[in-house]
Formats: sequence, C-alpha cells, structure tokens
Amino acid sequence: MLKTETITLNLGPQHPSTHGVFRLKLQLDGEAVRDLEPVMGYLHRGIEKLSEERTYVQVVPLTDRLDYVCSMTNNQAYAIAVEKMAGIEVPERAEYIRVIMAEFTRIINHLMAVGFLWNELGAYFTPVVYCFRERERVLDLFEMTCGSRMMCNYMRPGGVSVDLPEGFIPQAKKLNDHLKTFVDELDRLLSENEIFLSRAVNVGVLPADVAINASITGPMLRASGVLYDIRKVDHYSIYDRFDFEVPTCEHGDVWDRYYQHILEMYQSVRIIDQALDGIPQGEVMNKAAAKATRRPPEGEAYGRIESPKGELSFYVVSDGSGNPYRLRIRPPSMINLSALKEMCQGHKIQDIVIILGSVNLTMADLDR
Amino acid sequence: MTNDEILAKLREKYPKVVVDTPELIDFTVVVKSEALTEVATFLHDECRLDYLADVTAVDRPERFEVVYHLYSVKNQTPGPFVLKVYLEDKGNPKVASVTPIWRGANFQEREVYDLMGIAFEGHPNLKRILLWEGFPGHPLRKDFENRTFTFKELEPTRPKPPDW
Repeated sequence: MLKTETITLNLGPQHPSTHGVFRLKLQLDGEAVRDLEPVMGYLHRGIEKLSEERTYVQVVPLTDRLDYVCSMTNNQAYAIAVEKMAGIEVPERAEYIRVIMAEFTRIINHLMAVGFLWNELGAYFTPVVYCFRERERVLDLFEMTCGSRMMCNYMRPGGVSVDLPEGFIPQAKKLNDHLKTFVDELDRLLSENEIFLSRAVNVGVLPADVAINASITGPMLRASGVLYDIRKVDHYSIYDRFDFEVPTCEHGDVWDRYYQHILEMYQSVRIIDQALDGIPQGEVMNKAAAKATRRPPEGEAYGRIESPKGELSFYVVSDGSGNPYRLRIRPPSMINLSALKEMCQGHKIQDIVIILGSVNLTMADLDR
Repeated sequence: MTNDEILAKLREKYPKVVVDTPELIDFTVVVKSEALTEVATFLHDECRLDYLADVTAVDRPERFEVVYHLYSVKNQTPGPFVLKVYLEDKGNPKVASVTPIWRGANFQEREVYDLMGIAFEGHPNLKRILLWEGFPGHPLRKDFENRTFTFKELEPTRPKPPDW
C-alpha cells in the first residue's frame, strides 16, 4: 500500500508575492493545499501604544503610516472619530476637499490592487507600469497640495491643514477626464483576457453569508454580492450630495474581486467630477478645533469610513487629558484575511498566490 | 430595529443581565460577563446584528472593559450597538469567546489576548498573533513601560528554530 504524507512548506516572510512581510505555513499534499496558517506581526510597530503618549494632532502623522498606499483616507477616519468625540464641525470647503482627496485615494489604491494582482498572475509588471503611470499623476496632485506624495498628513480633526493651491482645480479636472478614458482602456485590455479567465473564474469563491459572518468589508464583500457601502449607510461627510451607485458582483471569486475594483473606479471618477464642479469658497479649518482637541471632554467615540480596502475605523477613548487614553484601530486588511482558509479549500499553490493578491492586503495596515 | 427596541427586547427576555446603559455618544449597553454568550446569540439570531465590526479592550484603573461594536448588514443600521463587558478581576481576566457566533472575532480576540492579556474561553486557537510566544508582558496594559527595548533584551525571549 502506498503511504503518503503531507509536506509543510513555508511561504516565508521574505517573498515577492506575499505583499509585504507575511508568512503562510502551508500543508501540501503534492500541489493541493490541505491546510494553511497565517503568521503575522513582522511589521508591528505599536502605533496604538505610541499614540497614548502623543497629543491628538501628533497622532495624525502616525495614522499616515498605517496603510501607506491610501494615507489620506487614514487621516480622514481619524479626523472623523475625533470630531465625533469632541463635537467639532467641519467647514464646507474642507468637506469638499476631503471628498476629492478620498476619491482620488480610492482610485490610486484600486490601480495598485489591479496592477499587483496581475503581478501574481505572471504578467510581470506590464499592467503595473500602466497603472502606476496614472498613479504618479495623482501623486503629483497630492504633492502640490500638501508637500508629500504619500505620507500626506493633510486631514486634521476640524478640517484640512492648508488650502488648495492655485493650479489644483484645472489640473485635477484635466486628470479626471483622462482617467475616465484610462479606466475604460484598462478594462478593455485586461478583463476578457483568456488566461486570466481560465485562472481566476471560480477560484477562491467566498459566499455572501460567510463574508458577513467573518466581518469582511469593502470591495471583497461587495464582490460577493452584498450591497453594503458605508458611504451610503452612515451618511458621513457630504457623500449624500453626490450621485453615485454602489456596484456589486455575483460570484465572489477572484475575477469578481478584480472587476469590482474596476467598477468602483468608474464611480469614483463620477464623484470627483461633481465635487470639482461644486466646490465653494471659504475657510478650510475650524478655528475652534485647535482648542477643542487640546483637551477634549471625557468620552469615547467610534468613527468609521469606507476606506479603499474596507471599513477602517478608530475607537477613541479620552479621559479629559491631552492624550488619547486608548486608540484602537480596526484594520481592514487583517479582518479581510480571516476567511482565507475557507476561500482556499481545494486549490493548489498557484491559486493561493492569486487569492492572496485579490484580497488586496497591505501589511502595514494588518500589523500596525 | 432601532437600538432602543433591541434594548427593550433584551430586557424583556433576560431581565437581570443588563448592568448599565451609560450616557455616551454611541448607544452602549453593559451586560454581565457570565451572560455574554446568551446575549450574543440573542443579538445575532433575533435582532439580526450579523456584523461584528470590532472587538477591543480598554484598561481602566479598576477594571478591564471588553467592547464589541455591532452592526446589521441586513437592516443597514447607521449607528453602532456597543456591547460592553466589565471584568473586575484584574489579575486573571477572562471572558467567553464569541467566535462560534461571529467568525470575524477570531483574529481580533487573539490580538486582545496578545496585547492586553485577557483570555477568551472557547476560542479555537488562542495564541499570540502580533508578538511572539515568549514576549515578556502584555504591551497595551497601562503598567507596561512605554520605552525602547534593545535587541539584547528581547533576543533571548524569541523562540529558536525549528519552532519559529
């Protein structure tokens, strides 16, 4: 009689396909995966503990470095949580600027997600080059506004830190028109590719009820067919004034998660169009905010946003002194990973790599 | 169902379980730690709070608080329903795990165990998740010193191969 046993393979922390320092212990039977165990914590910097020694405004640069691909939305989530707790209002122009920056951030994150998913498939860096060419144009806009491409430190509790410079709105309008044709071009180039269809359809299927139970949010949840978008549910900021749809896909496999990113980019371009047309004049920072965040009243608040990866939320507890007593960051990447085992049942090693790519992780967000 | 209706139904079904409803910005209900599993099953099955957004813990001077933020995807409720549990025994804090009810609590409870030291009974795999097994102490507690640790201090505590 043949006796077979499983091999334990270590998809170690140093690996080009694991999207950062992330380790997977795989139990393999030939090439089929029987069991897997994720090991994380290689990028743990203790941001929650560090923020207990800083003031509320000094925490904003720490939140930039949480999910370094979309730093503007991290700042927005923290600002919303502190504004909810301290009862600060945000002026109109600042709200419009926040929406424009958040939607541009959504576009650059989805470009990176699509590009790196195709990296895992083996189209080594050609889609990345196309996507990153456009991403650099958006990062030029960010640099024009706040001085830094990625670690923006721009949205503070009470508004935004500086006003938009002179040439921002014409350049943003031109870029937005270009992005509309670019997303269409990307869709026509990549979506119906035969190799992609045969590798990604029916791979890594995530049923809707498993997704809701596993607390998954963001494009992964909507690709499984559940219509839940925090911009429409919570009515935070001024998203109610804009006309946009929330797309969903049906099956929840890797192709659907990829296509969900493309559909969301179409909607983000629509929102930016409407926001750039309607932006009013005014001030960009609430003058009372600096005093209110120096020593906010005792209390706690839970503020969440629809970040490009899922639900990013901050639970801020204040005890009346100038530092947060407890700052809890709910990481979308870590929780989107909780259904990895269910998604990978019955697949082979090459499928594991694609499934991990479609979850769209950023390790800095997972480990904090 | 609004949060007040859920609280009313909870009080009707389990009369002695609710300890407190403090006046905070989000709707908060504090229950006894022994009754957590029953309350969680009730909230999941009958009140349709099927999305557990967050499991976290706060280290107050006299107690630990374990905080659960719940939402309903089916009813698309905007405000969180915050469920809290007070743990008075600071030397040996433990509470029942809600992983059998909401699968998403798996990694989050492991993180609370790792960084705060609260044990969850009934968790399928309660190991440290962000730090390694031999790490001295639980960092997010208030009595853990917030300073820089040197390599020489921490290296002897790391597990050696083949257990790494």
